Amino acid sequence: MKDPRGTATRRDMSIVLCGQAGQGVQTVETLLTRILKTAGYHVHATKEYMSRVRGGANSTTIRVSGKRVSALVDRMDVLVPLNAGAVAHVAERLTPQTVVVGEREVVADEAIESNRTLAVPFTEIATEIGGKIYSNVVAVGAIAGLLGLDPDAVVAYVRRYFAKKSEDIVANNVKAVRAGYDAIGKLDMPAGLRLSFKPSAKVKDELLLSGAEAVGLGAIAGGCNFVSSYPMSPSTGVLTFLAQHGLEQGVLAEQAEDEIAAINMAIGASYAGARALVTTSGGGFALMTEGVSLAGMLECPVVIHLAQRPGPATGLPTRTEQADLELALYAGHGEFPRILFAPGTLEQAFDLTQKAFNLADKYQVPAFVLTDEYLMDSYYNVKGFDLSRTKTERHIVKTAKDYRRYELTKNGISPRGIPGYGSGLVAVDSDEHDEEGHITEDLDVRVAMVDKRLAKGEALRKDIVRPELIGPKDYKKLVICWGSTYHVVKEALAELGRTDTAMLHYSQVYPLHPSTADLIGKARKTVVVEGNATGQFRKLIRLHAGVDADEGLIKYDGLGFTVEDVVEGLTAIDKG
Amino acid sequence: MMNAFEMGDIDVAWCPGCGNFPILKTLKETLAELEIDPKQLVMVSGIGQAAKIPHYLKCHFFNGLHGRALPPATAIKAVNPRLTVIAESGDGDMYGEGGNHFIHCIRRNPDITNIVHDNMVYGLTKGQASPTSRRGFKTPVQVAGVILEPFNPLAVAIALDASFVARASAGDREQTKEILKRAIRHKGYALVDIFQPCVTFNKLNTYQWFKDHVYYLDDSHDPSDRTAAFARATETDRLPLGVFYVNPKDSFEENTQMYRRDERPLHQREVDAKKLASLIDTFTMAG
Repeated sequence: MKDPRGTATRRDMSIVLCGQAGQGVQTVETLLTRILKTAGYHVHATKEYMSRVRGGANSTTIRVSGKRVSALVDRMDVLVPLNAGAVAHVAERLTPQTVVVGEREVVADEAIESNRTLAVPFTEIATEIGGKIYSNVVAVGAIAGLLGLDPDAVVAYVRRYFAKKSEDIVANNVKAVRAGYDAIGKLDMPAGLRLSFKPSAKVKDELLLSGAEAVGLGAIAGGCNFVSSYPMSPSTGVLTFLAQHGLEQGVLAEQAEDEIAAINMAIGASYAGARALVTTSGGGFALMTEGVSLAGMLECPVVIHLAQRPGPATGLPTRTEQADLELALYAGHGEFPRILFAPGTLEQAFDLTQKAFNLADKYQVPAFVLTDEYLMDSYYNVKGFDLSRTKTERHIVKTAKDYRRYELTKNGISPRGIPGYGSGLVAVDSDEHDEEGHITEDLDVRVAMVDKRLAKGEALRKDIVRPELIGPKDYKKLVICWGSTYHVVKEALAELGRTDTAMLHYSQVYPLHPSTADLIGKARKTVVVEGNATGQFRKLIRLHAGVDADEGLIKYDGLGFTVEDVVEGLTAIDKG
Repeated sequence: MMNAFEMGDIDVAWCPGCGNFPILKTLKETLAELEIDPKQLVMVSGIGQAAKIPHYLKCHFFNGLHGRALPPATAIKAVNPRLTVIAESGDGDMYGEGGNHFIHCIRRNPDITNIVHDNMVYGLTKGQASPTSRRGFKTPVQVAGVILEPFNPLAVAIALDASFVARASAGDREQTKEILKRAIRHKGYALVDIFQPCVTFNKLNTYQWFKDHVYYLDDSHDPSDRTAAFARATETDRLPLGVFYVNPKDSFEENTQMYRRDERPLHQREVDAKKLASLIDTFTMAG
């Protein structure tokens, strides 16, 4: 499945940047995606990187197209290696069609022999301009030249990007990007590299952002005004984003001493009327599980953003996986209701994070936003977020003198008061408690309180997000996925072009939408695509919908699914 | 007039003669004399016998997890600085299970009062060693006697340059009341470690033992002198009581800058849709 289309009929171009940590791959990615997007091209970028600050090998895959692109591919049309080990790092993705652009010293022999190598002395050019530091911007210029972008627009963007730096630095960066552009122009280039698809003026007005930023914006839209967390890849981006915009957007962001403090702070903040978030990953979330149980018992709303990475224990800190579904589902001792969202797109990341705050507040339960490294670190352009839907639903009441925090009601939801608002007292207790919130060992009260908490789990079923069915309504085969694989599976199915196959994507994985059994029952064959080794969502469907999928397509090597992975996997399953 | 914090006739889970009773009584009197409105007071506690105290006085309370009183107390004060927040629990809860929070809460310096019932033993779990148990103290678990050095909360707090550090003794209600008043009035984190006899599980550190082993700091002690405070905190022959160290500084809530331009607690604030829209707009990358 390597390069199935050939270069002549290219709908999109895939450019891979590869270098050591600390070498500035990120700068090239940021500049290039922004230049392409502001030029009116659709872009998608995602990276895989090592858990180290210097050295190793990291790569970013950037796709550029005249049509929307939102998924990772294996295909590598252009490779830009930035150090000697780079070509070897991505060797499996190298094909005879791959054009390699880089310094002669870092391009491996086989790539040179393929006769599709463009040697550009990035460092030499940079040194002439003012220092090695400019070599990344020389590379940006070279790639821009390769793609045939308007040089003046490229220079204008570089000027804007570095605007806050000194005049010298701006001037040198402009020289660097021009020099890279000119250097590539002097070479004998293979055909088909210049972008043949038309840019669109509409794309210029679109947003270009990452999953981490979409979750952060969704939190603000959801009324989040308190976040306490402990840094841990890949969840840190959300904390950083909220900290950077906190004062202006009214969010108190605090780095806690550990994850235990983080969630206990969030629950305390929520008790006092804040809309509280924690953002965490793997082992950090494991430390929070007692707190999750506390939120369940106190009936304090809290939103937990859990960005998954491969475990167990420290696992692969900077890689991706969808293996903490069961952890999130069962985290915390005792029985209490919860909500689990798993956004698949940037729009869903925004909408569902916002919704998580509203529903956590409405039902006084912990609400999860389950993402992963792939979604956190994926950038692409989207039309925008619908702010007209941004309504912060609040469910706080002014207390009366005889207020009882855990008043027994039909649907289990007790009106939620907060201290200092009204004339009542608000008492919450992690022990089993009576309606006033005081410790009790009255076993009848115990039963009433368990029933009350679980009744909320029934009530919140009214708000379950429907899974999205894409493809023919009279499908014979159904490909089920959840969370971050949305666009990858969607593009794979489009590529396979089967008229009998539909895709069913779950952005809420618990509770499961009641249509699940019917939707699966209609298919002759079902496959669940997910990024873990044991088929966790497939098991969840079996348990909660009472139906079993026929096959699972799983991946757990730490990398995200690519479009080719899904195409090949589904094809193999079909051949049985 | 009846004390506004009085609960009346309630079932209390403490043993007869427990040192928690005088602490509860003193606290209620202190709060009444400070004219604190029960509707503006939040008591935060963890788990243990001392941690049940919020159930025995009229107030808002958050009786959370074992060892975790300080993080929610910090957050409650941070999202609504108009509330008076007291985090109160035992030595096992605050210094053992919650040790990490104790350290970092002092560094963070929220404007809360941290009262610790220090009876040098675990009560609710029936008599094991606590972090402040003396060496040699025999228990059903520490069968040959405690072999760990006792945790010194005052010395740790002073080493961390805490804002207010004091020690009191449950048996002396009048002096304890004066110390608590100063602690609650103090802006910033205030630690009050209170010696508390456990009549059931600690036959060593009894009312009489405490009487024989304590003395009050007098005017010769300057509470702004950190070195002197540290020296007093490390005395072991006779244990000083009183205010060891006072170090006025900005509170966590002030340092967050959340209330610089807007005094309202967070629950009164709305999403600023215009500001959000302009933040979203920056992602067009137009420059």
